[in-house]
Amino acid sequence: MTAVYEPWDETRGAEIIAEHAKQEGATLVVLHALQEAFGYVPEAAIPMVAQALNLSRAEVHGVFTFYHDFRHKPAGRHVLKLCRAEACQAAGGDALAARAEARLGVSLGNTTADDRVTLEPIYCLGLCATAPSAMLDGRLIGRLDEKRLDALVAEAQR
Amino acid sequence: MSMRLFVSRDAGAVAVGADEVALALEQAAAKRGVTVEIVRTGSRGMYWLEPLVEVATPQGRIAFGPVTEADVPSLLDALASNTPHLLRLGATDEIPWLKRQTRLTFARCGVIDPRSLEDYRAHGGYKGLERALSLGSDAILDEVTASGLRGRGGAGFPTGIKWKTVAQAKADRKFIVCNADEGDSGTFADRMIMEGDPFLVIEGMTTAGITVGATKGYIYIRSEYPHAAEAMNAAIVAAKRGGCLGDRIGGSTYSFDLEVRVGAGAYVCGEETSLLESLEGRRGIVRAKPPLPAHHGLFGKPTVINNVLSFAAIPFILAEGAKAYADFGMGRSRGTMPIQLAGNIRHGGLFETAFGVTLGELVDDIGGGTFTGRPVRAVQVGGPLGAYFPRALFDTPFDYEAFAARDGLIGHGGIVVFDDSVDMRKQARFAMEFCAIESCGKCTPCRIGSTRGVETIEKIINGERVSENLALVEDLCNTMKFGSLCALGGFTPYPVLSALKHFREDFVPAPTTLQAAE
Repeated sequence: MTAVYEPWDETRGAEIIAEHAKQEGATLVVLHALQEAFGYVPEAAIPMVAQALNLSRAEVHGVFTFYHDFRHKPAGRHVLKLCRAEACQAAGGDALAARAEARLGVSLGNTTADDRVTLEPIYCLGLCATAPSAMLDGRLIGRLDEKRLDALVAEAQR
Repeated sequence: MSMRLFVSRDAGAVAVGADEVALALEQAAAKRGVTVEIVRTGSRGMYWLEPLVEVATPQGRIAFGPVTEADVPSLLDALASNTPHLLRLGATDEIPWLKRQTRLTFARCGVIDPRSLEDYRAHGGYKGLERALSLGSDAILDEVTASGLRGRGGAGFPTGIKWKTVAQAKADRKFIVCNADEGDSGTFADRMIMEGDPFLVIEGMTTAGITVGATKGYIYIRSEYPHAAEAMNAAIVAAKRGGCLGDRIGGSTYSFDLEVRVGAGAYVCGEETSLLESLEGRRGIVRAKPPLPAHHGLFGKPTVINNVLSFAAIPFILAEGAKAYADFGMGRSRGTMPIQLAGNIRHGGLFETAFGVTLGELVDDIGGGTFTGRPVRAVQVGGPLGAYFPRALFDTPFDYEAFAARDGLIGHGGIVVFDDSVDMRKQARFAMEFCAIESCGKCTPCRIGSTRGVETIEKIINGERVSENLALVEDLCNTMKFGSLCALGGFTPYPVLSALKHFREDFVPAPTTLQAAE
């Protein structure tokens, strides 16, 4: 299931920021909320967050770039995350990651040219007893093998 | 005919089809005109048997697994006619893998409905807090200290001492923070307990709150765990409605409130000071200690910050008494440890047992070796910062000090098994690579050292001046170990050095004459 995001809109962005700004230590909460609504955190939102939280633009930019989750541009229509941590490596994850890269024609961390699929590494989904594991648009998949991976890739490409 | 069935909603079970099985059971039963109630529990922790389906009988629960959608019709037939089934495992509690465990923390996980406060209470929940309320702060501190409980996040610091420090600190506000940033590969106990018994974590944190005089708590959950965050949020709502959180808890004079905060994909935020920075809305940059979080923690206030499993151990200690907990274990490692068996392992899952069990028992006997059927060659204990152990060290007992004595750590209790196809050079390089990706950047040994480490191991892999570069890596590891500000840079040398020490043959190419002889 593809997540449906709103197009960036300043008024809507300001609303979202205002909704969460009152909490203590709100920066991550606000950035998460913006990304949930728009699929990424638009550059234009950074100074707005800074102003609402009484922080410098550099501070908010610093937080935004520190965390792996936050995107500065929209992801592809589907996001396929493959676990690259040790438990999945032990269970054949390296070969599966290489296979996914070859099938999609992109390396981990990139989006296919047609914007359909973003392929990303993830470091542990906590499914280490049913490794290797993956996540397609928020759906978890354990005991990944070549057949299951190919099905996931095909699903993401649709 | 009516049946009560149990299917896990644990993320690990869902990842292998538990939702589909639950739906198929419901639909197939409806078609047959059979009334079924499907309770979505946490996981029992036997992941090779997931999706596990249990049915309530007058003699207790009977388990079937691993069940696929295709098995559902035959399973319902067997249940209706009480006839044998290929997937029938017998009484759940009698399954040897489960029966061998000592489940103090995970007693309810996989048994109860994690959304139901009533179910939690019916299975002994909130007995610990009730007793805590009658004891008062000093007596609770005595109990926690006497239990010998040490921080289950990995550092193993005595919980009682930490709590006492915060209790004695004077401040207008104090905080309880639960570290649920379980980023170590091979660990999933925090996730399981949050999904399978979330009220336990709430009860433990509430107890900490009344003990030290804190009225607000935060649970910092990593973003990779959306199911756990959802389960904790649902439980917090239910606990508030039931009078177990909020003002005047359980009719007492104490108030305590909880909030879930979600991380944003930074491994270093599992380090306590980095986590506090993140909770305050900043980059997860490690703070220099002292001051300790107990004196100067969240928002500069005295803060108890503990791992999920530490809080989750508290209700048992208070309900049953410190001695009942401390009676388990060995040496200075008291009580039980929820150990997680992962990676290339036949019987992977959660195995809670008293400290003292050996690594060999865990891997070969309980874990059943590898699922590929090849020989076990290396096991990494304690996550990405933990050492790789060879079979020669399988007699090491699971105990904080015993692992430290062999240049390792038990960390958060994760064990990742590798078979003989593993290339230890790649694992050593990955340890450095992971540190480079996740370093917060504050201290030089970690920030620069990890990148230099990747480059140097790369040279070794390419056969460039191998012995010189091996000496360089060892020297670099020493710098990182003693010069880094936190465990990320400080412990990354453990997997690297252990790989070099115990698996030297992977790094030093065999003499060419031997290769020719093959």
